[in-house]
Amino acid sequence: MIPIEHILLLSAVLFTLGVLGVMLRRNVIIIFMSIELMLNAVNLSFVTFARSMDSMTGVIFIFFIIVVAAAEAVVGLSIILSIFRTRKTLNIDEFNILKW
Amino acid sequence: MSQIWLVPAFPLLGFLLNGFFGKRFGTRFVSFVGPLAIALSFAQSLVLFFQMLEAEGNILKEHLYTWIASGNFEVGINFQVDQLSALYLLVITGVGFLIHVYSVGYMDGESGYYRFFAYLNLFVFFMLILVLGDSFLLMFVGWEGVGLCSYLLIGYYFEKESAAEAAKKAFLFNRIGDFGVLSAVLLIFLSFGSIEFATVNAEAATRLEFGGTLVTAITLLLFLGATGKSAQIPLFVWLPDAMEGPTPVSALIHAATMVTAGLYMVARLSHLFVLAPFTMNVIAVIGAATALLAATIAITQTDIKRVLAYSTVSQLGYMFLAMGVGAFGAGVFHVMTHAFFKALLFLGSGSVILAIHHEQDMRKMGALKNKLPITYITMLLGTFAISGIPFFSGFFSKDEILWKAFSSPLGSPWLWGVGFLTAGLTAFYMFRMIYLTFHGNSRLDAHTAEHVHESPFTITVPLMILAVLAVTGGFFGVPHVFNLIPNGMENYFHGFFAEIPSGHGAVSTEWTLMAFSVGFALLAWFVASRLYHSGFELAAGFRRKWEWAYQLSLNKWYIDELYNTIIIQPGRLISTYLLWRLFDQNVIDRAVNTTGTVARTIGNTIRPFQNGLIQNYALVFTLGTFLILWYVM
Amino acid sequence: MLIIFYIFAALSVLGGLGVLLLRNPIHCALSLVGTFFCLGAIYVMLNAEFVAVIQVLVYAGAIMVLFLFVLMLLSSKDSEKYANKWPIGKILAGLLSLGIFVQIASLFNASELQLGPKGEYPLEVVEEVGSIALIGRLLFTDYILAFEIIAILLLVAVIGAVVIAKRRFQ
Repeated sequence: MIPIEHILLLSAVLFTLGVLGVMLRRNVIIIFMSIELMLNAVNLSFVTFARSMDSMTGVIFIFFIIVVAAAEAVVGLSIILSIFRTRKTLNIDEFNILKW
Repeated sequence: MSQIWLVPAFPLLGFLLNGFFGKRFGTRFVSFVGPLAIALSFAQSLVLFFQMLEAEGNILKEHLYTWIASGNFEVGINFQVDQLSALYLLVITGVGFLIHVYSVGYMDGESGYYRFFAYLNLFVFFMLILVLGDSFLLMFVGWEGVGLCSYLLIGYYFEKESAAEAAKKAFLFNRIGDFGVLSAVLLIFLSFGSIEFATVNAEAATRLEFGGTLVTAITLLLFLGATGKSAQIPLFVWLPDAMEGPTPVSALIHAATMVTAGLYMVARLSHLFVLAPFTMNVIAVIGAATALLAATIAITQTDIKRVLAYSTVSQLGYMFLAMGVGAFGAGVFHVMTHAFFKALLFLGSGSVILAIHHEQDMRKMGALKNKLPITYITMLLGTFAISGIPFFSGFFSKDEILWKAFSSPLGSPWLWGVGFLTAGLTAFYMFRMIYLTFHGNSRLDAHTAEHVHESPFTITVPLMILAVLAVTGGFFGVPHVFNLIPNGMENYFHGFFAEIPSGHGAVSTEWTLMAFSVGFALLAWFVASRLYHSGFELAAGFRRKWEWAYQLSLNKWYIDELYNTIIIQPGRLISTYLLWRLFDQNVIDRAVNTTGTVARTIGNTIRPFQNGLIQNYALVFTLGTFLILWYVM
Repeated sequence: MLIIFYIFAALSVLGGLGVLLLRNPIHCALSLVGTFFCLGAIYVMLNAEFVAVIQVLVYAGAIMVLFLFVLMLLSSKDSEKYANKWPIGKILAGLLSLGIFVQIASLFNASELQLGPKGEYPLEVVEEVGSIALIGRLLFTDYILAFEIIAILLLVAVIGAVVIAKRRFQ
């Protein structure tokens, strides 16, 4: 049996990497990927807790999280697409006015 | 239905038509619409007059529209016609109509002809509102409205600086009076809970203590308003300057109608005023003082319209004297006769001015008698009337006032004495004007003298009609002492005004006093004819002996200068140094600037957070998360 | 078994570092796919086969393909200049992340971790019934409302994406 704290530690590491990605990368799509990475880290901890507590609720949660992530990816990417059309760049620092 | 609303509706319609379409449709349209509106109004006023006489309680009321309704308090656009307002209606629309007709001739060819008639119609409209309203609020609407029209018409030649200045002066002096009226209305509302004339008059005696502070304050404030509108001491100085307006305006607004609004208000509230003997005394004294002061100024003025202006102030003082001694009927009677003869005199002077190409200086007139026969005769009749020559209209009304000033419990021989003196001075300066204008040698320059001609019929016909009224108008109120015909005025106003205890004084005394005043007036006439029948030469010799008195009178007792020194200059200094330099710049400006600086500083401090860089937001967001976790654990 | 977990854990961390450090966005995306695969493997080890499958199908397959597709479509050249406008910001970001990591890690410390009472589905029951059957049963009974709502959300997202991405400015 894998020690639970080790899996949770992995989850924390992945989450922190995601946070760093969001704050440090300039490419808006990579920032988006970092968010996905954070979501996955959370998923991992959900599964871990579900297993260790003999419950199915965590697994159901992941199901919903993945659906939300998919919806988010679709909408987010389409927003990036339409921003790119007007700004011709993916650098998030260029998106400093929220209306144009 | 009595259809009172029609009376003001016609002039309003005339104003709208002339104001909006007058320029496009031209002078003939305007000359037709302007007088017609007033004529229709006059016709309706006549109908109302007779309806009112037959109506129960001699009053007609009409509710048009509820203006303000709040709890128990309600103010409506209500019109009422009673003895007082009916008389005013007839004078306003009747004299007003004649002056409109006169204006067609007088203003011919002036630029802004349509504007003149629009204003004149508007003035009549507001004046009618003033006398028809059944509450203070509606009266005040008219009160302010006539002030506005007066301002517009004095400043009719607005390109002339003196006219614009005079208009401003009139407006500002009236504002002081308006302050009094408004404060009085507030006090009345507080003590009566209503601002309707009927309620106030009916309940005055029960609600207010006789001679109490409150009623004295109310009436004094109202009288302050009256001094502004009716040009009494201390607010009379605007009226002579108001002569900058066209002559018909002087005749209509500044002699016959608007300036009597203050008297109208006092007469309307007679039941309130008799409760304050102190105020009555103040009114009588101020009236008498104004009458004398204005008369002394009038005797040296050389501008024909200014003579008449000071004469108007003086006669208004007379009327207030009558009000102050409780002779409300006599005062209103004099309002009516004065409207006739003063309008006549102003229109006559206008006719003269027109004939000699807008020259108003009597030093450049003379010997116009034969050139302007109709003007001469009608003005002479007007002069007889104002001077109190027996059996002309002014004689009856003036004698009534003088007798009441002597005999009334509120009067005194002193008041009579001042009135008596004024009557003599009045005769003197009026005949002086007649002699200087129409008799003696011609002092016109040659070119003008050749072109002098009698005015067109639109001018002479109103003059003749007014002359007839000025001669006969007095027979409405022949004093009892003559025992000829019943005193129509007294019957007419029977029970309308507040009664004061009847005066003492024997019939023989009245005859004696009357003889004195008539004799004095005739004497004044004689002196004037001796002094001025051939111009200024004789008077000049007389003048040298009394140089100081002459200068005092010519310079209007230096009252304008006095006001300038004690009010305007300190006001200007206070405004400049205290209000502007000290308060405005150091307090208000600084407060405003500081507000701006503070806002800008805060903005500059906070702005970097809102730089639109999403990663900065993410950083702050993460910081927040970190802090929350810190707090939770 | 434990060794295999550590291998996959190390690989997934490596993938995460790739996302954070690689310059080319395509490489980033590919390393993220790697991370997702490794996580899928770990899910299998945790007896969550259904999650593992949708992890690979939806995440590694659908979502990441979508990312790659958009990346290829936009193919921006300027996107990876590391504009170093505010180095303090970077240092602060690093410190903050470290702080958050410490906090989460200490939260997950097993000795302090207080788990509630055990649930109704121990490993034996799951293996007997099958994880997919259990999830399906739960989704269509206890969680039916959430399930329906998430379906609507997905529909809205699809329509929204079409509306936003449609070329309007021409």
